[in-house]
Amino acid sequence: MNVALVKNDSGPAASSVFAAAQGRLPGAGKVADIRREAFAAFERTGLPHRRIEEWKYTDLRALVREVLPLAGTPDAAALARAKVAIASVAIDGATKIVLVDGVVALELSDLAALPSGVSVRTLRALLDEQSNESRGDLLLTKASDPMLSLNAALATDGVVVTVADGVQLSSPLQLIHVATASKVARYSRSHVLIGQGARAALVENSIAAEGAAAYQANDAAVIWVGDEAALSHVRLMRDATDVVNVSSELFTVGAKSKLSLFNMTSGGAVSRLQAFITLAGEASELIVNGVNLLRDKQHGDMTLVVDHAVPGCTSRENFRAVLDDRAHSVFQGRIIVRQDAQQTDGKMMTRALLLSDEAEADSKPELEIFADDVSCGHGATAGALDDSLLFYLQARGLPEKQAQALLIQAFVGEAIEAIEDDDLRERVIAAAQDWLEARA
Amino acid sequence: MALLEIKNLQVRVEEREILHGLTLTIDAGKVHAIMGPNGSGKSTLSHVIAGKPGYEVTGGEILFKGEDLLAMAPDERAAKGVFLAFQYPVEIPGVATMTFLRTALNAQRKARGEEEYSTPDFLKKVREISKQLNIPQDMLKRGVNVGFSGGEKKRNEVLQMALFQPSLCILDEMDSGLDIDALRIAADGVNALRSPERSMIVITHYQRLLNYIVPDVVHVMSKGRVVKSGGKELALELEASGYAQFEDAA
Ligand SMILES: Nc1ncnc2c1ncn2[C@@H]1O[C@H](COP(=O)(O)OP(=O)(O)OP(=O)(O)O)[C@@H](O)[C@H]1O
Ligand SMILES: [Mg+2]
Repeated sequence: MNVALVKNDSGPAASSVFAAAQGRLPGAGKVADIRREAFAAFERTGLPHRRIEEWKYTDLRALVREVLPLAGTPDAAALARAKVAIASVAIDGATKIVLVDGVVALELSDLAALPSGVSVRTLRALLDEQSNESRGDLLLTKASDPMLSLNAALATDGVVVTVADGVQLSSPLQLIHVATASKVARYSRSHVLIGQGARAALVENSIAAEGAAAYQANDAAVIWVGDEAALSHVRLMRDATDVVNVSSELFTVGAKSKLSLFNMTSGGAVSRLQAFITLAGEASELIVNGVNLLRDKQHGDMTLVVDHAVPGCTSRENFRAVLDDRAHSVFQGRIIVRQDAQQTDGKMMTRALLLSDEAEADSKPELEIFADDVSCGHGATAGALDDSLLFYLQARGLPEKQAQALLIQAFVGEAIEAIEDDDLRERVIAAAQDWLEARA
Repeated sequence: MALLEIKNLQVRVEEREILHGLTLTIDAGKVHAIMGPNGSGKSTLSHVIAGKPGYEVTGGEILFKGEDLLAMAPDERAAKGVFLAFQYPVEIPGVATMTFLRTALNAQRKARGEEEYSTPDFLKKVREISKQLNIPQDMLKRGVNVGFSGGEKKRNEVLQMALFQPSLCILDEMDSGLDIDALRIAADGVNALRSPERSMIVITHYQRLLNYIVPDVVHVMSKGRVVKSGGKELALELEASGYAQFEDAA
């Protein structure tokens, strides 16, 4: 066990993974240069650890220890298993895009019948095109982070989705990540562009096919929300329980737009969603809600960096963690208000419900305010279920577990209620209910 | 036949004995009032009957329909017919009142091996009761007691009592915080539930409530014991002379 730790600290393990992956990574020339530079950037820190401020509470060097080899291209048997797995999350009427072990599975996706105004290309095809030199930007981001660099180095596939200006999608786009292989890593990178005045819902699921275990997922999404556009993005992370999932999302939001992001993590041994959100156009509204439902020794981290770059935007971050056994939840929220960003209204609230004495919740709010006419604030609470509420319910006939479940539902409901679409909200409530029932 | 028999009950809270050998028998169909100074242990008694954690019973017993009540979890007691209308009903944000009522009613029915109510039957029942108690429908759409006035919370307790049809109702200061009209409406609701099978313990400081809910027996509690019992005229006597006469007896 210690051997892996030593190997990782000194580098060769990860670099041999990168070397071995070369033949499978799309893009030559400048794209390959960008990958090499990204890998070098990763290697400067290796797996992020507690001495890197942004990773203080999620020490991957201690929790994960090694970078696993790149997953192979899924074969017919893997695709068949993936097909079975997606049936449990597929939304009727949604436009499904399925990635199996980080590779777009055309046969499981609905790309042949896209709604009008929606285009989808695969990252692999775009990077492999003759004129690929200019597409290296697909692997570049403004934010820098070791795991994002590793993603740029090893991204195998992904999709580039465009919703044209003014298009109002009546049913969601659904991006489903399925793992079929064990003890391997997947890296995907997708781009989503919501055109000016367009409106869309994007659901993202991460699930494991039967038998897939101990994999590593590193999925990145780069999302643009145009002026006067609206995007509701709902993520449901239900990986296998011994899995590492580090997802990065980068949003740029235009003027008079609305972005609503919801994430619920109930799977994975070690999970992190890091979202970097730039409010780049005036008078926009950002709503972020997160829920961690964790038990055993699960570790879940939601890290948000919200950059108010222009005046007059509103941001609301609301996070709820329900922690049983020895689970550990982390919420980090940084709000940056640039000098010009007057009339910024930014608030964050995080609450943890500790169902066990051994569970742990950390929260780190940070406000970096350079403008003077702003209203910003944060709050945090952590505690057990309220005994007097529990007793009231029990005195009315609810058995203890049922009384607890009702209160836990109400607690996470404070975040889930932000999902405006009735069908999506009901799905999320049902997913939370599944978690609760597994408890009883 | 006795519905509830409390024999020599001794209860401690945080190492301090609050009830010092309390004995009380309540027959089926009877309404007993309990009066007594602040801190004499009235709410403690009601909590122990309902099964609230945090109370250590160090002696005595409670039999309910002949069964050992203290051995039952609070939800079992509720299913068996014990109902406590709280002195201070809690607010439960995020749990819709209707969801709560239906979940609770069906949990009790399930525990008794009865069939669960269908949604239309349930809704009809709640509508009937809330109309009698002058509780607006939109109040029931809110979280349990959330944003309810003190009086509305008390009326919501009576609503639950009418819905669950318990065999023992304990009303802990139902009259506190109620205006005169609300008191009359709530008392009418309680009186409508009086029946030969159902007993009530009405805890109050004021004779006024007992004008509406006329008790069969009145007990005086002081310092953790029942120090005097009598008919409804005992309440009038207390109203006139106060509790000073019992301080020594206790
Ligand atoms: N959780 C507790 N911890 C410590 N002492 C308690 C606790 N609960 C009750 N007591 C004490 O027990 C005694 C009886 O309290 P109780 O609430 O039963 O009185 P009561 O008769 O209902 O009074 P009131 O008329 O004011 O409602 C009081 O002295 C009170 O301070
Ligand atoms: Mg009291």
